[in-house]
Amino acid sequence: MMLSRTADQLFWMSRSLERAENLARLLDVSYRLALMPQARGDKVELAVPMLLTGTLDSFHQRYPQLTPENMLNFMVFDSSNPASILGCLKNARDNAHAVRGTISAEMWEAVNATWLEARDRASRRHAYSDFFDWVKERSHLFRGATYGTLLRNDAYYFIRLGTFVERADNTARLLDVKSHLMSPAIEDSAPDYYAWSALLHTLSAFEAYRAIYRDSISARRVIELLVLQPDVPRSLCACAVEIRSILDHIQGETGRPAKRLAAKLVAGLEYGSLDDILEQGLHAYLSRFLADVHGLGEAIHRAYLEAA
Amino acid sequence: MHALTLPDARHHDEMLLASGAVRPHYQQFAEWLHSQTPAQLAEKRRAADLLFHRVGITFAVSGDESGAERLIPFDTIPRIVPATEWQMLEAGMKQRVTALNAFLHDIYHDHAIVRAGLIPAEQVFTNSQYQPAMQGLDLPHRVYAHITGVDVIRHADGQYYVLEDNLRVPSGVSYMLENRKMMMRLFPELFTRHAVAPVEHYPTLLLDTLRRATPKDNPTVVVLTPGPYNSAYFEHAFLAQQMGVELVEGRDLFVKDDHVFMRTTVGPVAVDVIYRRIDDAFLDPLAFHPDSMLGVPGLLSVYRKGNIVLANAIGTGVADDKSIYPYVPDMIRFYLDEEPILQNVPTWQCRKPQDLSHVLANLGELVVKEVHGAGGYGMLVGPAATQAEIEAFRARVQANPSNYIAQPTLALSSCPTFVESGIAPRHIDLRPFVLSTGQEVRMVAGGLTRVALKAGSLVVNSSQGGGTKDTWVMEG
Repeated sequence: MMLSRTADQLFWMSRSLERAENLARLLDVSYRLALMPQARGDKVELAVPMLLTGTLDSFHQRYPQLTPENMLNFMVFDSSNPASILGCLKNARDNAHAVRGTISAEMWEAVNATWLEARDRASRRHAYSDFFDWVKERSHLFRGATYGTLLRNDAYYFIRLGTFVERADNTARLLDVKSHLMSPAIEDSAPDYYAWSALLHTLSAFEAYRAIYRDSISARRVIELLVLQPDVPRSLCACAVEIRSILDHIQGETGRPAKRLAAKLVAGLEYGSLDDILEQGLHAYLSRFLADVHGLGEAIHRAYLEAA
Repeated sequence: MHALTLPDARHHDEMLLASGAVRPHYQQFAEWLHSQTPAQLAEKRRAADLLFHRVGITFAVSGDESGAERLIPFDTIPRIVPATEWQMLEAGMKQRVTALNAFLHDIYHDHAIVRAGLIPAEQVFTNSQYQPAMQGLDLPHRVYAHITGVDVIRHADGQYYVLEDNLRVPSGVSYMLENRKMMMRLFPELFTRHAVAPVEHYPTLLLDTLRRATPKDNPTVVVLTPGPYNSAYFEHAFLAQQMGVELVEGRDLFVKDDHVFMRTTVGPVAVDVIYRRIDDAFLDPLAFHPDSMLGVPGLLSVYRKGNIVLANAIGTGVADDKSIYPYVPDMIRFYLDEEPILQNVPTWQCRKPQDLSHVLANLGELVVKEVHGAGGYGMLVGPAATQAEIEAFRARVQANPSNYIAQPTLALSSCPTFVESGIAPRHIDLRPFVLSTGQEVRMVAGGLTRVALKAGSLVVNSSQGGGTKDTWVMEG
């Protein structure tokens, strides 16, 4: 049992951190692509981070031109953009501040020190690729502190829930946007090879791909890996399985609708096939998945986070 | 060798005589201090700053619009209190708090002390802190102030004086606990050489006090905070965590069927005791400030039915008001039939014409305070003020005399403290915490020592540039 407000703040604390980490992953790849001379003119690729976070309009209100520098500034260090990495870290810190009595001292210190140092790095305009690595490290540190120090009670479960709901959402969006930019038919072509392996790197799944398929990069296999493979930690299936199991651990009778949605999501992924997905179209499939995750998030809110 | 500034003879220094000789209870510490190089100690101070920052022991500065948080400066030279002095302080504070609780029960019931002519009726009943809603309400064990912070200072004569009693929502106990933790972490060797009385069990005592505040078995206790933007939020969260109870905001609670509930992930859960860190005026928008977003609508009506315990009770402010303060020695004699162990600071009440003319004639030597002021705001320190400041204050006092009291400028004792030039004496006060259950009054041997970091300054409040020190009560 815990306060609904506390559960809500724990949930959003970990969602914000997970979002910061995923942004760092995405921007790291975008940054490298932006460094390639031929990518300089590729406005669509540059707009991906804003498309993903729904902030393209507010970007255009603030910056005259879509350049790699402006995009990175807006998405990394711009504190007036709540969807920037800095904005996410601040949101995580503010939520942690409100629940610091519920999390362990190590977790609080990890979140608070991350925010303090991020602000400092932002003011010094720290080098981007180092900053991305650092953000990922800090996220790992927080997860490690959570795993290693927090009592396995509802606080722990709401934190984990936030992580996996956000991760499922992020992986699906990333896959959706990236696949949009490639050949309409899922066929293996040389230019796409780099894009698909970049996606694997973004999601730390490149080694997993090599280990599982022991074969060259193909679009079909990348999609199968990131959607259906339960053993890859950032795949849609892995996230859904985690969400279902976490919901089973949370006390109380109010969560039945959320549990039903989670079980449905898992069944669809565990028994799904790549051919089915490609037949209905990857974009259509992912749009439906994102709507389902959104619905699940709403059900979680109704059941636990805004109770009574 | 440390660059040491000696105290002057006009005030009492806790460690040194004006000649530089070390007082006996600081002998061992002084030896240790001289065995450390300035560089070693500077390194420890940097480590302390870093740790406090990382742990987030900060406070929000009121009036700072950016919502900035600052560290309260922590000084690594402890204030040491000999065992015999503590025994006197402890006895004196327990006596004082017992009398104050009796006074609160009396003025909300039979008014015996007023009828006996010891305190003028208008001083009590027209006081803005007096809560008519409390009249006739019986509280469990007759406890009003479950938690009290008593501010004491040591004057040039070597005696302790009570500066004020804090009976509403006294804060600072988390610094007492965190300062000790920090000292043990930085200087473990000091604690093997000194028999320092432990303070770490304070949260256990506090929880026990709160649980015993209700006749219910196995009660649900919560800490009620105004929220993360309150300057003492760190402490609210800290105490809730240490006690293992929920930290709630007003919006987490609601009233239904004459009971208070909190909103949880498993539905409504009944609450029995609220350790509230919100002022009376914000507790219940239906009864007090209608625009308060911090409180719980309907709380007062549940309270009046006896279905919830508030710690501290509503209406305790009337007893720690500076206009009531001069009467505390009389309360001790009246309710306990004892002589006060701790002395009050002599106080002139500007509402009395005779006192007023004395105060106006001597503004340059006195400390003048607003009756309801707190936090070092709204006060005049005569000897430190410019002529213009004195004249401005004179006009304010004349316009509303009953809003002010005046006291002699006390020579707060000093304690050696790390400053830019090395180690120099800085003025300090002391706030121990007193817990009351009705059956017993308990304290941990320690308190919060606040230090005015500016040379010569007597204002120790953290909001005005004060710092803190660990307080060591020696075991006798």
